[in-house]
Amino acid sequence: MTINPSRYHQLLPEVVQMLDAPDFFTRTKSIATRFSYAEAVLELAERNSRIVVLDADVSKSINTNKFADKYPDREFNFGIAEQNMMAAAAGMATTGLIPFASTYAVFASLRALDQVRNSIHYPHLNVKIAASHSGITPGPDGVTHQAQEDLSIMRSLATSTVIATADAPSTKLATYAAADWDGPVYLSFTRDPVPVLFDINYPFQIGKMVLLRDGNDATIIANRDIVAHALVAAEKLAQEGFDIRVIDCHTLKPLDVETILQAARETGAIVTAENNIIFGGLGSAVAETLVENYPIPMQRIGVQDTFAESGPYLQVIDKYGLTSPHIVRAVKRVIERKKSGR
Amino acid sequence: MIDKKLSVPELEQMAKQIRRDIIDMIFTANAGHPGGSLSATDILTALYFRMMRIEIQNPQWEDRDRFILSKGHACPVWYATLANRGFYDRAHLKTLRKLNSLLQGHADMKKTPGVDMTVGSLGQGFSAGVGMSLAARYLKKDFHVWVMIGDGEMQEGAVWEAAMAGAKWKLDNLTAILDKNGLQNDTFIEKVMPIEPVADKWRAFGWNVIEIDGHNMTQIVSTLDCALTIKGVPTIIIANTIKGKGVSFMENQPEWHGKAPNAEQYRQAMQELGVAQ
Ligand SMILES: Cc1ncc(C[n+]2csc(CCOP(=O)(O)OP(=O)(O)O)c2C)c(N)n1
Ligand SMILES: [Mg+2]
Repeated sequence: MTINPSRYHQLLPEVVQMLDAPDFFTRTKSIATRFSYAEAVLELAERNSRIVVLDADVSKSINTNKFADKYPDREFNFGIAEQNMMAAAAGMATTGLIPFASTYAVFASLRALDQVRNSIHYPHLNVKIAASHSGITPGPDGVTHQAQEDLSIMRSLATSTVIATADAPSTKLATYAAADWDGPVYLSFTRDPVPVLFDINYPFQIGKMVLLRDGNDATIIANRDIVAHALVAAEKLAQEGFDIRVIDCHTLKPLDVETILQAARETGAIVTAENNIIFGGLGSAVAETLVENYPIPMQRIGVQDTFAESGPYLQVIDKYGLTSPHIVRAVKRVIERKKSGR
Repeated sequence: MIDKKLSVPELEQMAKQIRRDIIDMIFTANAGHPGGSLSATDILTALYFRMMRIEIQNPQWEDRDRFILSKGHACPVWYATLANRGFYDRAHLKTLRKLNSLLQGHADMKKTPGVDMTVGSLGQGFSAGVGMSLAARYLKKDFHVWVMIGDGEMQEGAVWEAAMAGAKWKLDNLTAILDKNGLQNDTFIEKVMPIEPVADKWRAFGWNVIEIDGHNMTQIVSTLDCALTIKGVPTIIIANTIKGKGVSFMENQPEWHGKAPNAEQYRQAMQELGVAQ
């Protein structure tokens, strides 16, 4: 069967054409979204003099060292001291500056969590937390650098805004949007390159999910790097005669409840897919919404109750159950449950 | 029991072998941290091949001396040292950072025989060392705890929390070793976040401070011996080192913090380190 491009939305045509290629992830043009953030914040700085960048000795790894080169008086490297950096960002924000505090996601969401909660979120200060190496996107570095719970943690903070974009252009758009947003925003980026799915006209709006594929047999709601795997899964399922809706949930919070409920009503079955532990992230958020409003069969793809390990990024996320074959199985299961009414 | 106590010339030969293994591992993995591994090599060699009371057949022996590489990204030096010491086959070194490997990107005590503490998030291993020292005292055990920290790592506030605790409890069964190579991830420490005067800071925190050349094996051995004799106060050895030591183009170059050599650089590095035995 050939791919039906009219089912797909927002995707670059060349991406749609390749969705059934066995080597999709090696053939597509890929960019690590951490670098897109660094580009975007540099562009923003030209327009808004209140934007400053804070680093914690990983500016070379995120490319914010380019910001430091261009704006030496607007970049502050705190060294290996993430807690100090986060609380200092809060202090800067009290004066009207818009600090982008950049570090790895494990350190942003865990090492400096107390500062992020009590000094940034509680006073609702305008700090943008730029978290690279999010989820299990750092493969070879191993568990201490894999932020497999960053989205759950950040989502649990009152009044937080949590963003997990799928590719490079949407990451740039998210960074622009974060600068205009009133209050703290958690932006998460991939360490490894991920396929470029969209162009810069992608309709990015904080809190609004984006429909990527039509379908009425079931819906896959995915975020961050797993959006691409969800698309590959949907195309595989299409070849087997299933018509699957795919939605990019780039904003985990505030959650687009309306779009979830519409998908629930129209497709009657939902699979969530995320590169994050199954506790408290996208799967939990969607499940909470469904249980309270419109209970239907649902399955969750995510890291189970385990830590992962070192290995090449795609091999690790495959071993820990996050890639398209796992999503395909979950979708078949949820459709089975929908049919049998269980 | 110590089944091996190498002489200074033998230690120097072993350090060379370990340096070759480090380059080989990182080249094979095409990732990892050569600079901080090479700066720490001479000290780890002396610890494992002369100082530490360990049983390679029984890595979990409860009376063994402990070592914690708090700057856990430099684990290639730890892995190569443990392999050469006989904790596992050297063939494992080729599996660094691969799926299902004993050798994780940052050291994992549940996976690698001989690794006494899981590390990788900077500024935690030192506190774990404080905990082990306190436990030894409570359990009336006479093992010694060695912890190596990085000079960039010293910027973490938790390092100073551990330093206060070490002084409060007069942990003379704990020795910290500072790998003072002057560099961190982004660039030179002096540019990112100055830490001087280092020796004065540790003294002010109540530590006995000894400064050495971290690549002079005779000095390393005599200083490690000396650290064991100091009672009633914790000791820190400030080892002045060169990041990337032994490979000319890596020495003191910020870019070699976390980068693998290409084929040409690999050949040159191995040549400089002498042909493998
Ligand atoms: C808490 C924490 N923050 C950041 C990092 C990322 N990181 C890994 S190595 C490194 C620089 C370490 O410098 P130093 O301690 O001097 O080590 P060495 O020079 O010996 O490699 C950084 C920032 C980390 N591993 N842990
Ligand atoms: Mg250093």
